[in-house]
Amino acid sequence: MTIAIVCIAGIGLAAAVTLAVADRYLSVKEDPRIGMVTAALPGANCGGCGFPGCDGYARALVAGTAPNGACAAGGDACAAAIAKILGVAAAATEKRVALVKCCGTRSEAIRIGDYNGICDCSVAAMTAGGDKGCTYGCLGYGACANVCPKNAISIHDGLAKVDKRLCIGCGKCVAVCPKKLIELVPASATIHVLCNNPDKGPMVRKVCGVGCMGCHLCEKNSGGKEAGHFTFQGFLAKVNYANPPDDPQIVAKCPAKCMSEDPHFESGH
Amino acid sequence: MKPKETAEHYILSSSPHAHANSSVSRIMLDVILALLPATAAGIWFFGLPAVWTIAVCVSTCVATEALCRLAMGRDSTIGDLSAVLTGLLLALNLPAGIPLWMAVVGSVFAIGVAKQVFGGIGMNPFNPALAARAFMLISFTGPMTTWLKPFWWKTPAAMTTATPLAAMKKLYVAECAAGATPTPDALSSLPGVSDLLLGCMPGCIGEVSAVALAIGAAYLLWRKVITWHIPVAFIATVYVYSLVAGGAPAYMQVLAGGVMIGAFFMATDYVTSPITAKGKLIFGFGCGLLCMLIRQFGSYPEGCSFAILIMNSITPLINRWTQPKPFGAAVR
Amino acid sequence: MKTVKSQFKFSGGVHPDYNKELARDRQIEKMPVPPELVISMSQHLGAPAKCLVKPGDFVRRGQVIGEKNGFISVLVRASADGKVKAVEKRIGPAGGKADAVILDTTARPEAPAEGESGASALAPAGGPVLPPLDWKSATREELLKRVEEAGICGMGGAGFPTAVKLNPPPGKRCEYLVLNGAECEPYLTADYRVMLERAPRIRLGVEIMRKILGGPAVRIAIEANKPEAIAAMEAAFADIEGNVEIVVLPVLYPQGSEKHQIYATVKRIVPEPPALPIDVGCVVENVGTVAAIADAVELGEPLLERVTTVSGDAVAEPKNILAPSGTKYSDLVAFCGGEKMPPAKVISGGTMMGFAVSTLEIGTTKTTSGLLLLSKDRVFQYSSHACINCGRCLRACPMGLNPALISKAVDANDVKAAEDAHVMDCIECGACSFGCPAYRTITQSCRRAKNSIRARIAAEKAKAAAAAQKK
Repeated sequence: MTIAIVCIAGIGLAAAVTLAVADRYLSVKEDPRIGMVTAALPGANCGGCGFPGCDGYARALVAGTAPNGACAAGGDACAAAIAKILGVAAAATEKRVALVKCCGTRSEAIRIGDYNGICDCSVAAMTAGGDKGCTYGCLGYGACANVCPKNAISIHDGLAKVDKRLCIGCGKCVAVCPKKLIELVPASATIHVLCNNPDKGPMVRKVCGVGCMGCHLCEKNSGGKEAGHFTFQGFLAKVNYANPPDDPQIVAKCPAKCMSEDPHFESGH
Repeated sequence: MKPKETAEHYILSSSPHAHANSSVSRIMLDVILALLPATAAGIWFFGLPAVWTIAVCVSTCVATEALCRLAMGRDSTIGDLSAVLTGLLLALNLPAGIPLWMAVVGSVFAIGVAKQVFGGIGMNPFNPALAARAFMLISFTGPMTTWLKPFWWKTPAAMTTATPLAAMKKLYVAECAAGATPTPDALSSLPGVSDLLLGCMPGCIGEVSAVALAIGAAYLLWRKVITWHIPVAFIATVYVYSLVAGGAPAYMQVLAGGVMIGAFFMATDYVTSPITAKGKLIFGFGCGLLCMLIRQFGSYPEGCSFAILIMNSITPLINRWTQPKPFGAAVR
Repeated sequence: MKTVKSQFKFSGGVHPDYNKELARDRQIEKMPVPPELVISMSQHLGAPAKCLVKPGDFVRRGQVIGEKNGFISVLVRASADGKVKAVEKRIGPAGGKADAVILDTTARPEAPAEGESGASALAPAGGPVLPPLDWKSATREELLKRVEEAGICGMGGAGFPTAVKLNPPPGKRCEYLVLNGAECEPYLTADYRVMLERAPRIRLGVEIMRKILGGPAVRIAIEANKPEAIAAMEAAFADIEGNVEIVVLPVLYPQGSEKHQIYATVKRIVPEPPALPIDVGCVVENVGTVAAIADAVELGEPLLERVTTVSGDAVAEPKNILAPSGTKYSDLVAFCGGEKMPPAKVISGGTMMGFAVSTLEIGTTKTTSGLLLLSKDRVFQYSSHACINCGRCLRACPMGLNPALISKAVDANDVKAAEDAHVMDCIECGACSFGCPAYRTITQSCRRAKNSIRARIAAEKAKAAAAAQKK
């Protein structure tokens, strides 16, 4: 009995001493602010800031090698919290979300082949450019949905749709899309052109019922060229997100029906 | 409004655009065909109970597969014939006289637990038929080790008997105890060579007839469904081991019991055996060695199915060891 | 000169149905210039050529309409007289978009306007495009320059710029020139017909290439199932001097692969990428390319047309056609009497490595070796069934890879595992998918993995470059 008590006590003591010594001499010195910054970040580890996870970004912030405000997911609130911890000014960020610039669903855009292969846009695009008649449009094989860390993208009727409320603007989908038709746009913008085809109107009309024909009506209805709400690339209208339009009439008057007030798919949850 | 589509679309797919026309169902059919001689031999020796066991196992396996896929909401995979094959293999690895409800339980286990739980064909780590056999051997030890004599209906007084392997096991035990070589008297209780080859001995339905199994194996090799690596390594290891270890004659170790069906039909199961030639040799060697160790030292007279199951479990490891070297890769 | 049998068989390979009898005995037919040509600026491997013409321009046959745009690039010449209808982005069979010049060959230049442009538009037609060269007296540099000016790239399929290949980097010497006459792709007979009908041109091309490369030994590789081609080559090369051998290869797909041909002929093994054949002292050229070099030098005729096999069970009359590059697929099919039945799949190239296309409104290029129209009966569907681990792909892979492992890794989005399994060594020959009983898209999985690895490497490079610039 006594021996047992002594043994246990001895082992306990030895362990305590070892731990104390280890804590004293083997501990890794870490700036406590790293932990605080990590806690302030959203913890999604999306990689949108360009660093390996939130922890990596926090270390870079504390080290002063990364600008505050690179976290698209956390947005302004996060940047402000970090600014408070680090005592530096926050660069103003605006929450940005991914926008799929195509509205050519299976019921609107034609298909020119029967694709038979891996369900992934990058390889589908490598087989004769994909099965969609419009070579600029969304193939709908979900490469973006597969990389989205927040499951914010889903495929509906052969078209990728982004759930605005879930999207954290990390930009992974932008990088992976072989047609390069996803763009990060300010979450506050309400009017979008959902087309990526710069070809002439008749060419677009041959492949898609809802493609932009470059008629400039949206520009006219938004106050003309001087207002600067739209820019044009070839025969494709683009919203100038530095100066976005906000009149819903523009959308209603678009003859091609390729504009939308709120293109974002809202999931039930 | 959607523009008009051309009526006919060409198929767009990545190359190659040619195919050898092989298919999973054709491979399974080949194995089933290769098992037919052994099946016929089993029915010849053990009569109606064998027929019933086979029928029950096959139909239960197919039904279980269908129900599992339905329950999981996946496409049906009955068409690939793998469930038929599993049922047939399980039946051929059961004693003929087993109560049919036990065969049903075993079949449900084979498909439901050993295969579909893991995701169906291609995903199971263990050979479903063997896993079910092991399960039944533990659950129903008595019926699973009660063997009908060949042509049991001719000797109504003593319909069941021990397998040659059990007699051989006794040889080992006697040898180990006395340190002596087996007497000719002990050997005389074992079946003769012709009986061994044709399969006129007690045992599982499909394992008894070495000749029938060999015919099937030759067909599989000719059809290139299996390669020689696993069977040759397996049987050679069994043969050499028993030459060295003594006990019953080496040819008997190969011909009696499950080595033949195991080496050609169970160990060569694609899903649960290594993919490279080198890996297959290691796998076959391991099966043979474990089988003989169990026969000599284990408490069961037969170790073939356990040996294969154990080797199944290390197949991923063997695959990892034996990755092929690319053409042109630097020597490391 | 002697004929030997190849002693070195690579491991792996498959035996597809060759179906060469459809077009094998059809003599090369020269096709009249079609009314419209679609001339792509990306007919070769490497950077697309830079387009030099604009809509409305008149161009003459042989005129340079796309200039070399980088080191690994090839210039493009107009393959017929005509008026530029449009210059637009067109999607190629491999899915990449590149500028294409749409040429109306029926238009004639209007009456000569005052000034220089009118005069040049009416420059005398006919006659050689480039001044013929006497290859014996010309210098190596002149010959190299001619190959480059003629816009020659490898005509076997990949389209590597020939002038770059024939000019090994300093410190590397070509010891063996291997002529690729294997043509292991099913259906295709273009190279076979060239060997039969243009054997003397091939011989001349070999002599010119020997001069450019500094006198390497020559190995002419032909598969054993083409005895007539072997005989034609033997006759043409009978009295050639130096170390020249015709090597008869066993019939096995992919015998036409550069690496495997080098192994089969001289038993050298090209190391893993980025190593090239020149690293083991070899240059491999397709027989058609060699004939094109002879034409470019002796006749001053640039690479403006090539032999294309149009075959498949849905074509009324399979043919080997000598057509100007840019000829639309629909014109090729019309020249073959049209479709016998509606094709289910149209393939640019052979069935093992060719590209399925969605339309016949695509122009041929310098690398279009075949156009196949296959009916429903000849087409199979890929599926997403599980791998049963049968090992057929592993045994078929000529590169010694484990395609099953790679395909499963790609299914699981684990590109790192695929890279560890040496997916970058994959030559995309298709032998794995060919034999897969589960009809899995193994080759496409390899493509997908290679694609994302390349994208990652490019991104890393860009990042490193940006960082370097910052400093």
